[in-house]
Amino acid sequence: MSDTQVTDAHGEAIDDDKRDFIFIATGAAAAAGAVSLGWPLVAQMGKAADTLAAGSIEINLANVAEGQQLKMLWRGVPVFVRHRTPAEIAEAENTDISKCPDPQTDNERLVAKPDGTIDPRFLVMVGVCTHFGCIPVGEAGDYDGWYCPCHGSHYDTSGRIRKGPAPKNMTIPDYEYISDTVIKVG
Amino acid sequence: MSGHPSTYEPKYAATKWLDHRLPIIRMGADFMTFPSPRNLNYWYTFGGILTLCLVSQIITGIILAMHYVPHTELAFESVQRIRRDVPFGWLLQPMHAVGASMFFFAVYVHMFRGLYYGSYKAPREVLWIIGCLIYLVMMATGFLGYTLPWGQMSFWGATVITGFFGAVPVVGESLQQWLLGGYAVDNATLNRFFALHYLLPFVIAALVGVHVWALHHVGQNNPIGITPKTKKDTLSFHPYYTVKDAFAVVVFLLIFAFFLFYQPDALGHADNYIEADALKTPPHIVPEWYFLPFYAILRAVPDKLAGILLMLGAIAVLFVLPWLDTSKVRSMRFRPVARGFFWIFLFFCFILGWCGAETPDNMVPFLSVGDKGLNFTWLSRIATFYYFAYFVIILPILGLVEKPKDRPESITKAILGDSSHGAAVPAE
Ligand code: HEM
Ligand code: FES
Repeated sequence: MSDTQVTDAHGEAIDDDKRDFIFIATGAAAAAGAVSLGWPLVAQMGKAADTLAAGSIEINLANVAEGQQLKMLWRGVPVFVRHRTPAEIAEAENTDISKCPDPQTDNERLVAKPDGTIDPRFLVMVGVCTHFGCIPVGEAGDYDGWYCPCHGSHYDTSGRIRKGPAPKNMTIPDYEYISDTVIKVG
Repeated sequence: MSGHPSTYEPKYAATKWLDHRLPIIRMGADFMTFPSPRNLNYWYTFGGILTLCLVSQIITGIILAMHYVPHTELAFESVQRIRRDVPFGWLLQPMHAVGASMFFFAVYVHMFRGLYYGSYKAPREVLWIIGCLIYLVMMATGFLGYTLPWGQMSFWGATVITGFFGAVPVVGESLQQWLLGGYAVDNATLNRFFALHYLLPFVIAALVGVHVWALHHVGQNNPIGITPKTKKDTLSFHPYYTVKDAFAVVVFLLIFAFFLFYQPDALGHADNYIEADALKTPPHIVPEWYFLPFYAILRAVPDKLAGILLMLGAIAVLFVLPWLDTSKVRSMRFRPVARGFFWIFLFFCFILGWCGAETPDNMVPFLSVGDKGLNFTWLSRIATFYYFAYFVIILPILGLVEKPKDRPESITKAILGDSSHGAAVPAE
């Protein structure tokens, strides 16, 4: 190795390590800046505060007669409240769920009252087909529950997927009994 | 836009001055004199037709945007107002809506033309891929635009399509809600769809620029797929092809005018005259006609994710086609076997379109008796199978085993045939 040094235009020695460091540090700062600016650009498309705050609705179950279904809009999606007939309840409870694509017992799909009892008459769920989001039609399909006209998914009287392209049971929203007959969704 | 030596000579002091600083007139002049194969037929006029379609969509679109209101409560009414109350809105709104259909009709002709004459083969792979990209952005634009009038089909079509993203494992639901800006298709969705629908046509315009750049770099393919060898094999773009394109445009506009003035709603769906209702799904959701074949592929399999992957695959396969087709012979004119498979392919594309419009469980007329025989689900499975087989089995294998017909030496020989063997040509 010779001891001649590489110099710049002003005759000063060039320190390659220092240059590399400055280069990498500058690049890193620019990358961090780009990411921290890029994130807001992406995140702005998410749910806005007022959408998130759209919050909860209260439903009085006493208004839903046996064999009737209430459809309410909650956060832009329909919620079904079905007052099931004894025959429908029996059908939902006596299903061999081991054959279901998304096995769940009927009780797992219901929410208990504060005293721990379950009222199997009222099925509350998000009335959105888990395939591509159409609204299934009630009292229809091969399992007497719901039928989705979009691509032919059949749901039973517990809202479980039984046949067709939908992968999952209809979703049970977060809800609770705030009195014996009133529920609060969300 | 390179490709041929420039013959432009600026005549005046001003044009000379400009030519030194920005050779923009030269660029236009070179474009007009671009040597094109002398044997181009009418299938080659669709590029020009497509350019016209894009310009028309942009002009009518900007006009619509002056009257349209992207709000869930006003959108439907504002489009009806355009049609009824805005001066000439009755003309301009259907020009945009029918124009979208005509645009897709033209792009399909253009693409099948490319498939038939082997326009995707070397050295035009990049040109072809840019075309596929344009098609992809067009599909996005068409889908976003269809949401804007906020009818029942708009709303439920948007729900189903954005539902595709929900099928992505793990992050699907968050991704979908991020796209929607909420839990369901709603005002936030409509607003961003409008913004993007306004943007994408300009992305298309930029891509078209690159598409034409690539075209002028490698030169045009032609119906016999033989590269022009001498000047005799080509003609100047103007006046030969400007006139030919213009004639084709007139015929195309006649068809356009027929739909525009006599059947403005024939290509749409009646349910889109019902305002969007988040509580009621129409009994039979169908996309616009130009998406039907893909919709049939989506529904051909009973699994949600598999259906989406297959549908995306149907488009993705176009991108890799240049490397799937192993034959060096471009034009199907010289590939008797491949040509047969091509026509079957076209036939099955129409079948897929038919399947997409029908209810999957319904029986196919002529191919079933009562509830015995073929239903539309099975018909779409067969057609889907052929669609993919054509690209990933038939074309790769045929290129290796098929014996192509003899090809003419040059375009001129192919056109003039024996007459080029006139007295002046020495005997071989
Ligand atoms: C690639 C070009 C384009 C395509 C394929 C396209 C397609 C469409 C489609 C299918 C519709 C629905 C029409 C209906 O069913 O009534 C639509 C609506 C609309 N488009 Fe476009 N569009 C394009 C360019 C543009 C541009 C450049 C603008 C400018 C802002 C625009 C603005 C609008 C507006 C405001 C509507 C809603 C009003 C209506 O439905 O007629 N479009 N577009
Ligand atoms: S959306 Fe219900 S079956 Fe497809």
